[in-house]
Amino acid sequence: MDLSKASFWGYRRENGRVGVRNHVIVLPVDDLSNAAAQAVENSIKGTLALPHPYGRLQFGADLDLHFRTLIGAGSNPNVAAVIVIGIEEGWTGQVVEGIKKTGKPVFGFGIEGHGDHETIRRASQKAKELVQWASELRREERPLKDLWVSTKCGESDTTSGCGANPTVGNAFDKLYPYGVTLVFGETTELTGGEHLVAARCRNEQVKKKFQYVFDRYQEVIDRHKTSDLMDSQPTKGNIAGGLTTIEEKALGNIQKIGRKCMVDGVLDKAETPTGPGLWFMDSSSAAAEMVTLCAAAGYVVHFFPTGQGNVIGNPILPVIKLCANPRTVRTMSEHIDVDVSGLLRKELTPDEAGDRLLDCMFRTANGRLTAAEALGHREFVLTRLYESA
Amino acid sequence: MIHFVVHEEGDGVGVVVVEDVKAGQQLNGWIMEDDKDVNVTARNDIPIGHKVALKDYRPGDTVIKYGVDIGKVVQPIAKGEHLHVHNVKTKRW
Repeated sequence: MDLSKASFWGYRRENGRVGVRNHVIVLPVDDLSNAAAQAVENSIKGTLALPHPYGRLQFGADLDLHFRTLIGAGSNPNVAAVIVIGIEEGWTGQVVEGIKKTGKPVFGFGIEGHGDHETIRRASQKAKELVQWASELRREERPLKDLWVSTKCGESDTTSGCGANPTVGNAFDKLYPYGVTLVFGETTELTGGEHLVAARCRNEQVKKKFQYVFDRYQEVIDRHKTSDLMDSQPTKGNIAGGLTTIEEKALGNIQKIGRKCMVDGVLDKAETPTGPGLWFMDSSSAAAEMVTLCAAAGYVVHFFPTGQGNVIGNPILPVIKLCANPRTVRTMSEHIDVDVSGLLRKELTPDEAGDRLLDCMFRTANGRLTAAEALGHREFVLTRLYESA
Repeated sequence: MIHFVVHEEGDGVGVVVVEDVKAGQQLNGWIMEDDKDVNVTARNDIPIGHKVALKDYRPGDTVIKYGVDIGKVVQPIAKGEHLHVHNVKTKRW
């Protein structure tokens, strides 16, 4: 596929970033505000609530990550405008101010002193205005380099490593030279192949940072483990699919970064990259956590290879699923956007499989709903670092 | 028909990519990196996605896949047998 003149149709936001969706979201700051946020979603058609279970008595780095994830989700260019609802006005205002830096419309509502009814009434009134405003925004043609693409695999099996993940790698190798902003992560899921990622780092500084975050995560595992992590990493599903050890799973996972891309930088969880290239995000390997962190970092399209059939989606980041396992493609077809099982029958070359994924990427970016979007998968899962105070 | 794939020459395992492989079945393999053929006779029923040993292993041996170490053998494995969590373990964690 010749990508030299490739473009897509997206929504150019106030800060210059380009989104491929046009959501008006209702973002709760904390667990207590989910009910009000969902009531606003129910009363104003076209809004999207992002309920989650956290946001109270967190502190330090864990609280920083909470704010970074919420502000990042609100700032994502797939989001046109934001209603923020929190139990009190202080932290609510902090999230509002963070999102406001993008220049997009954002309004905050604290529940204390008003109650749910009055908060829902006021927030709904504003949400209606925002939905009507957003509905008149139009897509415009943008160059490929404006697209930010993330990847993370899930419920992997051995077909992921020889089919679906190399397909993502092929697509990444094709996107990388055109200045697309890419990311992969899953820190513990590189265990056994970390030397291969280190060898792909752009320079010594990046390599050192990568090694630091990798070693730090290994220490977390060592500190808390009560076994060799069998059934957790690899998961029960991975093992049922034929993956035997974390090393085998990791080597399959790494196929996603292709053969030519270099790792240009290392990101903290939900951190926004500062330039194009391939970034590594220090992150959990749990699907919904990692995809949520990608959404919070500003990515607008996600490649999700699966083997056994992970059904994940995300409220604001379209998740494109690809699969090379012929049984999964047959038994769970409603979840699969790109079938690359032909790779294992020699009916499809890796180059053709990569093009098939890129074709789906452009269609998705231009507005086609993914399987996960059509099925209503909206997993918004915040990563926690430790106990609340 | 391709019954199993091998990532690269030198790997000691193949991945079964069809359903219903039965013990005694002659399996045709494809070495993907090198585009070569390889054959083995299955000694067990092996589910799709699971691995078949392409050589004999003794406890303590290392299993190579993608040209890299994927773990240690903890039970003897004969060529053609199902190689999985019952006879191979991680070297990490």
